[in-house]
Amino acid sequence: MNNRGLKYIDEYRDKDLVLNLINHIKKSATHNYVFMEVCGGHTSAIHRFGIPSLLPGNIRLISGPGCPVCVTGTDFIDKAIIYSKKEEVIITTFGDLIRVPGSASSLEKEKAMGADIRIVFSGLEALDIARMNPDRKVIFLGIGFETTAPGTAVTIKLAREKGIKNFWLLCAHKVMPPAMEAIIKAGTKLDGFICPGHVATITGSVAFKFIPEKHNMGCVITGFEPSDILQAILMLIRQVNRKAPDVEIQYTRAVTASGNTIAQRNLSEIFEHCNTRWRGFGMIPSSGLKLQKEYEDFDAEKIMPVEISYNEDNPLCICGDILRGLKTPPECSLFKVACSPENPIGACMVSNEGTCNSYYKYLHNE
Amino acid sequence: MCLSVPARIVSIDGKMADVSVGGTIFKAGLHMVENVRVGDYILIHAGFAIQKISDKEAQETLKLLKELNDLQNE
Amino acid sequence: MREHVILIINISTMNEYVTLNHGSGGNQTHELVKHVFVKRFGMIEPLTDSAILKEPGFTLAITTDSYVVDPLFFPGGNIGKLAVCGTVNDLAVSGAVPLYLSASFIIEEGFRMSDLEIIAGSMAEEASNAGVKIVAGDTKVVEKGKCDKLFITTSGTGILKPDLDHISTGKRIKSGDKLIINGPVGNHAIAVLGARNRLDFSTSVISDCASLNYLIQTVLNECKEIHFMRDLTRGGLATVLNELAQMISSGIIIDETSIPVDDPVKGLCEILGFDPLYLANEGKILIVTGDEEHKKVLEILHSHPSGKHSAVIGEIVPDHKDYVILNTLIGGKRILDIPSGMQLPRIC
Repeated sequence: MNNRGLKYIDEYRDKDLVLNLINHIKKSATHNYVFMEVCGGHTSAIHRFGIPSLLPGNIRLISGPGCPVCVTGTDFIDKAIIYSKKEEVIITTFGDLIRVPGSASSLEKEKAMGADIRIVFSGLEALDIARMNPDRKVIFLGIGFETTAPGTAVTIKLAREKGIKNFWLLCAHKVMPPAMEAIIKAGTKLDGFICPGHVATITGSVAFKFIPEKHNMGCVITGFEPSDILQAILMLIRQVNRKAPDVEIQYTRAVTASGNTIAQRNLSEIFEHCNTRWRGFGMIPSSGLKLQKEYEDFDAEKIMPVEISYNEDNPLCICGDILRGLKTPPECSLFKVACSPENPIGACMVSNEGTCNSYYKYLHNE
Repeated sequence: MCLSVPARIVSIDGKMADVSVGGTIFKAGLHMVENVRVGDYILIHAGFAIQKISDKEAQETLKLLKELNDLQNE
Repeated sequence: MREHVILIINISTMNEYVTLNHGSGGNQTHELVKHVFVKRFGMIEPLTDSAILKEPGFTLAITTDSYVVDPLFFPGGNIGKLAVCGTVNDLAVSGAVPLYLSASFIIEEGFRMSDLEIIAGSMAEEASNAGVKIVAGDTKVVEKGKCDKLFITTSGTGILKPDLDHISTGKRIKSGDKLIINGPVGNHAIAVLGARNRLDFSTSVISDCASLNYLIQTVLNECKEIHFMRDLTRGGLATVLNELAQMISSGIIIDETSIPVDDPVKGLCEILGFDPLYLANEGKILIVTGDEEHKKVLEILHSHPSGKHSAVIGEIVPDHKDYVILNTLIGGKRILDIPSGMQLPRIC
């Protein structure tokens, strides 16, 4: 095979570029800094490339609620499980959700016991499954932030255009900025945010202006390759040093100030904001998306209402504090004792990029 | 959020495109991008193109990083 | 008191059923094998690719494997070819010369006879390529729905030279030994995933499944400092490395830049959030060499179609005992863990 590398990816993984960024970071980092990223993709990249092993000790990176898996409530999983038990239903879901624990089971366990649960890569695939199985009811589990929700919006529009009558959405889409504001208001000690680059391709950098303007804190909209992340850290350090908090775009090859207006139009046509619960955080106002009245006939809960008893998270689980950056996993009494990657209790252990999952792999080896 | 990768458009059929990442071909919906052509790079996420990559900005970023490199060596 | 009760209930309900993760080759597979089978059967750890049995006058290697691949036909092979290569390779990497195979078939009612004939033909062809004979077999047919089209189990046996039994236990491994892999990882997994046609992508990648016994024999005949060999299968390179580190109670440092990965495999991994080091292979071996012998080994491998892209990927080190440390593409360091469960396509 003739391997020529991956364009717009490999160039940003160049070792020399990275080492020079590290040197500049070391020179510029004259205080202690704490930066939070709020995106599973960033948590994953930071871990995968070994970035913490390269940064000087006075820079601390913490992981906020950036993983839609981590913040999806047990009630959502429980509802999906109830639907999956109906023989006529096919559940279609992104792979991320399969292992998330509900209050008593998970989609993976239900699949093992015979439920028709299918992993899809796209809402369009789920729509295709509906089209090819007209006698079944296909429910698509809509999770993800502003990067993913527009795709769901387009899928719903197409379902209507094509007259597909056996396709519904169980919606848990959320939006990022209100959660970031909740973190700041919770009093987390932070010097700046590494902002989610792919959310920002949709929203534009304007969506994050409130961070410097209202809260006097800096933020940099960041790409996902190692030189992107390190360049963003350097930009944040400089903002702190100059006491000049701002919203800067590091990820200029994909992000503009106004974002993707077509995607935004699709979003506002199909969805509206609503208050929603974030696992470990409680209710955050206007942080969720639900279908507009005009599209309510695609809402699985309206067509097939299910009753679930609301379950509190395990009282010993401190994922909420961990997601807010207030505590670390070893401070949780369940960590390693009862909660592990194979048997996750809380959100932070479920996802491969969850803080507790990463800590488990790193620290239990030391 | 999150897993979204630059992919090259290899063919377009209405609102759907075949896009390549390193030679593996995926389908991407073009419903949210406009003025894209074969040969362009888009970011693919969950089966949709969410943005076109600006080659100009991509090169600018690399240039900036290399200049950082030169500063270091002075 | 009450809190403890909650914890206990949580743990016991979690492991009541076998799930697909128990079959993925990672942590959970190990746990299942250890707790359900190894103890009961009185097997001695460490578990190796083949069991080495010493009898007066000769040393025998025995191995067995089941093949349940879906789909049955994929670019580069089919379930039959796999069933022969996999078992031949398990014997060969233990230092044995593979001689005889048995093959059992569980066939679902309604399976196409012509497909069965193609699969049997592949098995015969591959056995001939590898110089082994299929000498015993069994066939069962079950009602429709009681098995997924076709399952094949092959067992194999071969004779081992007495001075080669360290190859599977790694007894002779020492600090400074080099680790070699014979080519790019993940191709089999991607070829099969693509052929399954469930994730809407297409790829030109073909499975690397191949019988490697002649190649391995050449290496063993010409090089005296081969300290270990293992076959990479499910669970990928990362699993074998971790198993090795635990077995020899030493550390392993791997250089990520030197691990060969083909672009289409890389691309797919980037999009779906997979790690190529955890993907399945069917024609890849890990070789540990001592005393500068790696150069000779590479020369032999490079001249063979299944070893053209062989590379040294790491080294045994005295520190980081039991763990595998990855020097990342950018010069960072992280622990390369054993995978937990199947990799699933992610959006996050």
